[in-house]
Amino acid sequence: MPTGQQEECLDIFLQQMINGLTLGSVYAVVALGYTMVYGIIQLINFAHGEVVMIGAMVAFSVINALVGAHTGLPPLAIVMTGVLVAIPVCMAVGYTLERVAYRPLRSAPRLAPLITAIGLSIVLQNLAMIIWSRNPMPFPQIITVTPYHVTGNTDGATITNVQIAIIVASVLMMGGLLGLVYRTKLGIAMRATSQNQQIAGLMGIDINTVISLTFVIGAGLGAVAGVMVGTYYGIAQYQMGFLLGLKAFSAAVLGGIGNLAGAMLGGLLLGVIEALGAGYVGDLTNLCQIASWSDAIATRCASDPNLTLFGSNYQDVFAFLVLIAVLIFRPSGLLGERVGDRA
Amino acid sequence: MSDPVTGSSGSASALLELSKLEVAYGGIQAVKGIDLHVDKGELVCLIGANGAGKTTTLKGICGLQPVKRGTIRYDGKDITGRPAFELVRNGLAMVPEGRGVFGALTIEENLAMGAYVRDDRAAIATDIERIFHLFPRLKERRRQTAGTLSGGEQQMLAMGRALLSKPRLLLLDEPSMGLAPLMVQKVFETVMTVSQEGVTILLIEQNAKLALEVSNRGYVMESGAITLAGDAKTLLHDPAVRAAYLGESAA
Ligand SMILES: Nc1ncnc2c1ncn2[C@@H]1O[C@H](COP(=O)(O)OP(=O)(O)OP(=O)(O)O)[C@@H](O)[C@H]1O
Ligand SMILES: [Mg+2]
Repeated sequence: MPTGQQEECLDIFLQQMINGLTLGSVYAVVALGYTMVYGIIQLINFAHGEVVMIGAMVAFSVINALVGAHTGLPPLAIVMTGVLVAIPVCMAVGYTLERVAYRPLRSAPRLAPLITAIGLSIVLQNLAMIIWSRNPMPFPQIITVTPYHVTGNTDGATITNVQIAIIVASVLMMGGLLGLVYRTKLGIAMRATSQNQQIAGLMGIDINTVISLTFVIGAGLGAVAGVMVGTYYGIAQYQMGFLLGLKAFSAAVLGGIGNLAGAMLGGLLLGVIEALGAGYVGDLTNLCQIASWSDAIATRCASDPNLTLFGSNYQDVFAFLVLIAVLIFRPSGLLGERVGDRA
Repeated sequence: MSDPVTGSSGSASALLELSKLEVAYGGIQAVKGIDLHVDKGELVCLIGANGAGKTTTLKGICGLQPVKRGTIRYDGKDITGRPAFELVRNGLAMVPEGRGVFGALTIEENLAMGAYVRDDRAAIATDIERIFHLFPRLKERRRQTAGTLSGGEQQMLAMGRALLSKPRLLLLDEPSMGLAPLMVQKVFETVMTVSQEGVTILLIEQNAKLALEVSNRGYVMESGAITLAGDAKTLLHDPAVRAAYLGESAA
C-alpha cells in the first residue's frame, strides 16, 4: 500500500509526464518539419519555427474575428476554421521560402542556405511584428478547460480536454505522415529523392516538385502545431517561433535528424525531460537541504524554506542541455546514422 | 547530310540522333563534337577505353550534364538540355554507371520508382511479375533493402527498374562492370532479350568483344571523339579494334 506521501509523489510525477507528453507531441510535430527538409536536401530550415508562429498568429486572428463577429458557431468549429485557414497560409509560406530563397542556393556551399535560413527567420519575425504588432494575441475564452482525473485520487494528476485534443491530433498527424512516406508513391519518391536526386530524376520524378511538397507538408504540420501550442498557453506572439523552433530542432537532433521516427521520439522525450526537469529542479536544488553546511544558508532558510538555486523558470534550459549532450555523446542522435558524413 | 564516319545518313528511322555533340565539365572538354545515331529497334554499342567520354555522352543525352554545343534529337524532336525526368515520360530510360539503385529502399520500392511515370496499376503489377520471372532472385528478396543485394543483383534490379518505365530507348552504361563471368553472361542475355522485344538500345561497354557480338552496329570512342563506326561484325574483325580493345584475341 502506498503511503499518502508516496501517492502524492506519484501524482506529481504523473502530472509532469502528462504535461511533458502534451508539449512533447507538439515538439514532435514541429521537429518533423525540420527533419523532413533535412532528410531531403540536408538543409536546416531555421525559418520553420517562424512558419509555426505564423500558423498560430493567422489562426488566432481568424478565431478572434469569428468570436468578435458573434457568429454563434460552436467553439470547436471556430477553432477548426482558424486551423483550416492557417494551414494553407503556412503551406504557401513554406513553398515560397523554398522556391525563392533555398532553391537558387541548392548547389551553393552549405553555409549559404544556412545563413539564408537564419536571415529568413528574422525577416519573418519582423514581418509578423509589423502585421500583428508586438502585443501578444490572446486565445479567446471559448473553450472550457475540463480536467479529468487519471487516478482514483480526487486531487491527484489530471489530463485536460485540451491536452487530450493536442495529443490525439499529434498522433493522428504523425501516423498520417508515416503512412504517406512509407506507403504511397509520393512518399517513396520523397525517400528516393533524399537518397539520390539524379537517379530520382532518371525515374521520372520531378525532384523540384517533390522538394516543394516536402516543405509544404512540413509547413502544414507546423501550422497545426502552432495553433496547438498557442491554445495550450492561451497566447500567440510574434517571437514564439524562436524558442519553439530551437526546441523542436533540438528534438530532431536528439532523435537523429533526417529520421522521421527519431523526430517523433525526440520530441516526446524532450517534452518529458523538460517537464520533469522543471518539476524537480526546484526540489533538487533546494538549498535548505544543505542548511547545516552554512550558517548563511540556514538563516535564509529560516525565513524562506523554499530557497532554491534554480527554479522552474529554468525549464527552457533543458532542451539545450539535451542538445549539447547529444552533440557530445551521440552526434547522430538516438535513431540516426551517418550524420557525420552528411553534414 | 551524309555522315562521314558511318557513311549512313541521318534517316527518318533514327530514334536517337546526336550531331556535333559537345559536353564539358567546366574547362574539361570530355565529348568533342560526336555524331551518333541509333535507329528504331537497333542495338548499338559504344565502346572505348576508360575516360573516353562514354558516360559523359549519356549524361549529355539525359540532361544530367549541360550540353555545350550540338543537338540531340529523340524521336524526331530536339531534346537538347531537357531534364531527365521529362525524357523518361517520353520513353527514354537510362541505367547509369554503377547501377544507382536506391540502397535504403526495398526492391519492391525500387521497382515502383521504375514505374513512377505510369498510372496503370494493374499493368504495372503484371510487369513487375515479369521482371521477377526474368530475375527470380529479386523476387525472393523483394522486401529486402536494395543496399543488401550483391553487385549482380543490383544490376538486375537497375535493369528491371528501367524496363518498368516501358522505355522505347534504353541507355545502358556498362551493365557488366565488376561482375563475375556468369553474371556478365546473364546481363548480356537480358540485353538481347530486351532488344528482341523491340526496345531500342544504346549499350556502353568496356567488354568490347561481347558488346560487338550482340550489337547490330558499334561506335568506338577515344578521347572524346568517335574514331571508328560501323557494322558490329565488321568492327569485331577490324585489326585496329582487335588490337586496342580485344587484347590478345587480335593474334
Ligand atoms: N564530374 C566530372 N568533372 C570533371 N571531369 C570529369 C567528370 N566526370 C568525368 N570527367 C572527365 O571526363 C572524361 C570522360 O569521362 P567519362 O566518365 O565520360 O569516361 P568513360 O568513357 O565513361 O570512362 P569509363 O569507361 O571509365 O567509365 C574523363 O577525362 C574524366 O576524367
Ligand atoms: Mg563511364
